[in-house]
Amino acid sequence: MNVIVMGCGRLGSRIAGMLDAEGHSVTIMDINENAFRRLPEGFRGRRAIGNGMDAHTLEKHGIQQADAFFALTQGDNRNCFASQMAREVYGVKRVLCRIYDPVREEIFRDLGLETFSPTSFGAQIMVDMLRKEPARK
Amino acid sequence: MYILIAGGGKVGFHLAEELLREHHEVLVIERDSGRAAQVREELGGNVMVGDSCEATTLDAAGVSRADLVAAVTGDDEDNLVICDISRYRGVPRTIARINNPKNELLFTKRGIETTISATQAVLAQIEQELPTQQMIPLLQLHNGLELIEIKLPETSPVAGRSVREVLLPAESLISLIVDPGGVPRMPSGDTRLSPGDALVIVSRKESLGILKEQLIGSTHGLDT
Repeated sequence: MNVIVMGCGRLGSRIAGMLDAEGHSVTIMDINENAFRRLPEGFRGRRAIGNGMDAHTLEKHGIQQADAFFALTQGDNRNCFASQMAREVYGVKRVLCRIYDPVREEIFRDLGLETFSPTSFGAQIMVDMLRKEPARK
Repeated sequence: MYILIAGGGKVGFHLAEELLREHHEVLVIERDSGRAAQVREELGGNVMVGDSCEATTLDAAGVSRADLVAAVTGDDEDNLVICDISRYRGVPRTIARINNPKNELLFTKRGIETTISATQAVLAQIEQELPTQQMIPLLQLHNGLELIEIKLPETSPVAGRSVREVLLPAESLISLIVDPGGVPRMPSGDTRLSPGDALVIVSRKESLGILKEQLIGSTHGLDT
């Protein structure tokens, strides 16, 4: 699969590394070159410096041939915007979008994006943890 | 009509002012509380402090009964999200200000009406061509007139000439010259132009390219 990952933070770099290790063709994109330091050693994918919300940049880095697009910047709106662009303008089949704000996440899921909110997901897991017995020795 | 305006900057403020004059019910949502206070002072009580990208803010503003939402912040991604959420809440008509003309297609595909800021479009064009920004759009006036500032570079083709000798495009006027020392002067025909002078010019949008060439000169051969 051709995969573009926008945002080389902790999550983006990790996902890019995992998919690369699985043998996919990965392009990781970030506006800050320094962010690529987070990529695992031996990462074979392409590192692209640029803004994933810019149509020209997306085209330059092969959005038209992409099978999947991950929107993982720190900004919910930037992620929504880039995801809509990938899906609506370039017809990318799988567009996965992180949205911190749970309310916004629900709305954009209803609007057809594949969304993930670390906030609601994390909250649920931690509340479940509290309900269970602690794993003490 | 009940009209929500997201963004209380220059565009949002003037839009609200105009719509209130036409007796619409208007609410401006502005994120920055200082700016919101300024707008409130000018408009009366038609301002709310909040982030329009949050559905809860839009709900508190009564988005579901709005006839129109105008998203006019300076960020295209924010404007898209505001319009998307508004439509999701059942608003029949949404209009977004676009700052980057390249984004128009996406908004159209999402069923959002758009308006491109002419000044921004010109600026974007110019920025691509100039190593440094020597022409700054200041204000859009009525009837297609614009107020711009041009700083004369060392290599300006008009350096050393008098204002009278410079044949500007039709309906263009040098209205003020600020010299490198920061002293403003009203130019006369005899005023000599020097590098470093900042010229405040009234002109038409379509003449900006010619003005740039006349006063700044060709940028070919410069490093970009």
